[in-house]
Amino acid sequence: MTAMLETRGLDRHFGGLHVTKAVTLQLQAGDRVALIGPNGAGKTTLVNLISGVLAPSGGEIRLAGENVTGRTQAQRVRAGLARTFQITTLAPHLPVQRQVELALFEREGLTGRAWRSIDGYPVLAEEARSLLRTFGLGAHAGLATERLAYGEQRLVEMALALALRPRVLLLDEPMAGVPQSDGARLLAALDTLPKDLAVLIIEHDMDLVFRFARRIIVLAEGAVLADGTPEQIRNDPAVRTAYLGH
Amino acid sequence: MTTSDAPTAICRAPRCAPPWRLPAIVLLIGVAAWWLMPEQLGLLTRIAFMALLVLSLDLVVGVAGLATLGHTALFGIGAYAAGIFALRVHPDPTLGLLMGTAAGAVLAAASGAFLLRYSGFTFLMLTIAVAQITASLAQKARDWTGGDDGLSGFTMAPLFGRFAFDMEGRTTALYALGVLVVGLYVARRVVDSPFGLAVRGIHENRARMAALGTPVIARLLAMYTLAGALAGAAGAVSAQTSAIVGLDSLSFAVSAEALVMLILGGAGRLHGALIGAVVFTLLHHTASSINPYHWLFVVGAALMLVVLVPPRKAWDRLRARFAFLGGKASASARETA
Repeated sequence: MTAMLETRGLDRHFGGLHVTKAVTLQLQAGDRVALIGPNGAGKTTLVNLISGVLAPSGGEIRLAGENVTGRTQAQRVRAGLARTFQITTLAPHLPVQRQVELALFEREGLTGRAWRSIDGYPVLAEEARSLLRTFGLGAHAGLATERLAYGEQRLVEMALALALRPRVLLLDEPMAGVPQSDGARLLAALDTLPKDLAVLIIEHDMDLVFRFARRIIVLAEGAVLADGTPEQIRNDPAVRTAYLGH
Repeated sequence: MTTSDAPTAICRAPRCAPPWRLPAIVLLIGVAAWWLMPEQLGLLTRIAFMALLVLSLDLVVGVAGLATLGHTALFGIGAYAAGIFALRVHPDPTLGLLMGTAAGAVLAAASGAFLLRYSGFTFLMLTIAVAQITASLAQKARDWTGGDDGLSGFTMAPLFGRFAFDMEGRTTALYALGVLVVGLYVARRVVDSPFGLAVRGIHENRARMAALGTPVIARLLAMYTLAGALAGAAGAVSAQTSAIVGLDSLSFAVSAEALVMLILGGAGRLHGALIGAVVFTLLHHTASSINPYHWLFVVGAALMLVVLVPPRKAWDRLRARFAFLGGKASASARETA
């Protein structure tokens, strides 16, 4: 079976600093994989390499069997890759619904159209509203995004990623900075992700990791230290020493 | 996942204003001014083409979020293109307008392809450099541009073969107003389209738009080219209505004045460009007739006032104080997008 996401010997140097060391991993359709590791292990760098924000120094990235290593970020999105950011990255003054519509316009290849009004796409507008309702944000459709609570902005990030109908979703610390009161909504959102979507999640919250992931990859000093089921990782002595601290 | 909020929406989905509304208002006010103040038609003409220039600048600064001080290059090349066309090829104003528009668009596309690789301060400095180079080329190409003496000696044929450019300026004022209204309609439609929304998204957050798959530079280049076309059209109207093109149409002062007008009126919403152009030109006209040496004091004071008390905030406060003006006062809760 062709992997939805595959990296082969992925490397990245920043000057003399070797941040990503020959990382090889595979995600199949429907996988729920957590990427964990101590601060500075190179997790976000790996996500940036996969999504095309950074160019690798060596190695290969494949999406559904297609080599996308030299492709731009936009081309990788069109090939089925979506991501969220560790720090909320949204257009703060755009109304929430416009933000989601923007993702839908991009998915449908419409952002080159410069004459018909954005109100002239009722089907996409309804899809945006429906997506927002799914995330419990329907009441905020007309609000500027910056007016939402932080946890709700994290939900908008996930809504944007899902609006692209990706095959692979990279979630970079979706719970970072989210108050406990909003945590349940985010967890519920994670539970409703499409079943056939391959998800790679970076997260420090170990309860969430062990609850959500069916497979865990441990990154330490830029290299894969362990790759296995939550049970295997929990019992791996090297991981306990390097990451869990016992 | 909760869906309980569906029937109790507290904030309606955003809607765009009809694209004809703002141009229709401008047309109405412009024609009224043309009718009521026949002795001020020169001023009305100037306001119209400056408003078009500031509108074009708003697409770059307010909508796309690119700080530029080189817009004069696009205005000036439009002016020279229209002037040279009238002098050497054909005096028809609409053909000349098309030439000016095309010249502005071509220069914007050619320079933008290089400039838009940069952002922030570097972009700003490079836009000034492009304007300086254009001005220098215009000065050197005396055979075509007249150099320091300026380009003159051309007269425009009647508009649509019927309406002569009369001494009173009745035709020129209506012509300039007509071009502004058409430019405004085009800008309104483009800004409220999926393309315009993508450019606004890039202004707010490039990283987000790139993550959505937007080809950021290509979209910015398209908007910069459109802005170049409108600035070129403004330059063409300026040349055709004054029958002279000087090197001052490529001067740094034009860029700076246009930026001041935009800040005075408020960037990013198109109508701010029009308000700024009107306020600045009227201030200039009135204050300089009272004191030709110190009129910039008045403009400076107005600029400080606008920066210290942004019109949008002042309007929100007014709305909050006088509830009868309608609804809750919140800029961010406004429902137009």
